[in-house]
Amino acid sequence: MSEITYAQAVNDAISEEMRKDETVFMLGEDIGLYCGAFGVSKGMIQEFGEERIMDTPIAEQGYVGAAVGAAMAGLRPVVELMFSDFMCVCFDELVNEAAKLRFMFGGKVKIPLVMRTASGAGTGAAAQHSQSLEACLAHFPGLKVAVPSTPYDAKGLLKTAIRDDNPVMFLEQKTLYRTKGQVPEEDYAIPFGVADVKREGGDCTIVTYGRMVQMSLEAAKRLAQEGIQAEVIDIRTLVPLDIDTIIGSVKKTKHVCIVHEAVCFGGFGGEICGQIADSEAFYYLDAPIRRLGAKSTPIPFNPKLEAETFPTVEKIYQAVRGLL
Amino acid sequence: MEKQYKKELLKEMWQKMNLAREFENRVQWLFSMGLVHGTTHLGVGEEATAVGSILALKARDYVFGTHRGHSQAIAKGIDIDHMMAEILAKATGVCKGKGGSMHIADPDIHYFGADGVLGTSAVMCCGTALAIRKKKEEDRISVVFFGDGSSNEGAVFEAFNLASVWNLPVLFVCVNNTYGMSTPIAKVMKDTDIAKRAIPFGMPGESIDGNDVLAVYDTIQKAREYVLKEGPMLVVENTYRISGHSKSDGNLYRTKEEINAWKEKCPIKQFRSYLTSHEIFGEEELDEMVRQAKETLDHAVEFAKSSPEPDVNDIYEDVYA
Repeated sequence: MSEITYAQAVNDAISEEMRKDETVFMLGEDIGLYCGAFGVSKGMIQEFGEERIMDTPIAEQGYVGAAVGAAMAGLRPVVELMFSDFMCVCFDELVNEAAKLRFMFGGKVKIPLVMRTASGAGTGAAAQHSQSLEACLAHFPGLKVAVPSTPYDAKGLLKTAIRDDNPVMFLEQKTLYRTKGQVPEEDYAIPFGVADVKREGGDCTIVTYGRMVQMSLEAAKRLAQEGIQAEVIDIRTLVPLDIDTIIGSVKKTKHVCIVHEAVCFGGFGGEICGQIADSEAFYYLDAPIRRLGAKSTPIPFNPKLEAETFPTVEKIYQAVRGLL
Repeated sequence: MEKQYKKELLKEMWQKMNLAREFENRVQWLFSMGLVHGTTHLGVGEEATAVGSILALKARDYVFGTHRGHSQAIAKGIDIDHMMAEILAKATGVCKGKGGSMHIADPDIHYFGADGVLGTSAVMCCGTALAIRKKKEEDRISVVFFGDGSSNEGAVFEAFNLASVWNLPVLFVCVNNTYGMSTPIAKVMKDTDIAKRAIPFGMPGESIDGNDVLAVYDTIQKAREYVLKEGPMLVVENTYRISGHSKSDGNLYRTKEEINAWKEKCPIKQFRSYLTSHEIFGEEELDEMVRQAKETLDHAVEFAKSSPEPDVNDIYEDVYA
């Protein structure tokens, strides 16, 4: 094991796959000498050259569409979309093409594409560079969606994403890029659709992912000081979703709080909530299902307002207290 | 001296143009009988663009079609029975009945299909061209057909830029059929000479008579050589859609006189006159080949009609690999 950053874990996953598989290459804006807006591709252009670490025009439809075409022709492109907000510019390529081509063509084509992008707020980047848009992506059959919360998960999930024959939307958390964690030196991959119980507990289930995982763990620590044991489930992939682990936990704890950074209204928490309510876990609930997410507002620039928009450790703590 | 063509090539052109025309006629007829679910976009009058272009390509060249792409699929060599079965939404359809007219494709013959959202095929075509280069494949190019309407899509401009800055083996073929749905090009373009749009991207652009199958063939043959040696190029093939845009078209935006004038310039009529005046084929030989095309379509319609519907239990199949 070695301690590396989340950004390095992403870099290592791609670099290791590129060394093994010639068809893997990366393309995106300023990923060469600049190393990408978040420094993820540091050292990669030196190792792999311009043909495999391709700087693109600022033309998201162009290079994301080209990545879809390259995947159709048997390559394994890894696209870096600088900010997840920019997916709105190339939604057609992702949603109308990548997600649907295989189905529309009767299964005769594969789209082994990874769209990596920096997602989330907390950097003072305001309304167009801070969104968490994963619920939109999860809505489209044909796409897979992963949101890693630790360096270990980032590396293991990204390896699976690159090896997958389907388009995978990989939402990296920009405030986590500099966080560190233990990552094995040997090759490993984390399968999609397997939630990770980051903390066990018998009193309340917190279902979460991405940046909110660490905050939920901190809230759980505070709750433990008061004798409340929260179980923190990191779903890791929204599509496919490991609903069984969630249902099993809810049946045990009889209480559930769903936490995500994305806007609560119409957010992925609603889907999780619905699936719990649709399942036998419903009969085990001792309290209504609680959801925490961002307020229904574009993300403000002012730091006080920005912080107010999202769930915090305090809000998660209070929400769980309120359930019990 | 006038250029000589191999008789076999001319025969194939005649056969495929007539197959394409007959295919559209049958789809129109099936529609009127209420047998076609959904919609379809017919390209009667545009046969020379698809047939002349695609016969000038190599079989392994990638081709992306338009949403009016039946003739492109036929020129590329798709199986007519299975294509008609797709129109009738049958399990034996080229897309197992899951795509329909707007998504007819066959990756096995490197035909990446019709697309329902305009413009994106052009950027995807840059992607397959990038794959050709990365795999160091010789004598292979990537071709995208798009309409005059699509030529105003941002994605097409992004594709022009990507193909030229990366010097990709892409051939852009703009089928200018004069109208984007009901809108004449002069209403949506300051300068209707679409070939000029290649200039700022450092590509050659050529504008030709898209109803002259031999002119199309010659141009694309040379263009292919250029693309292989030098990089991307744009060819605009000027033609006219005699059929309506789709089943909902009441032809309120054009006159009967205009349509009739273009019927006179019908590419099949013109080619017949070339073939007979040059004594390559006699009228009877040509008629016999038209009859064969009709027979092929008789068989295709019968095959499609008697094919089973997809099994509802397979609905999730092919959502994911």
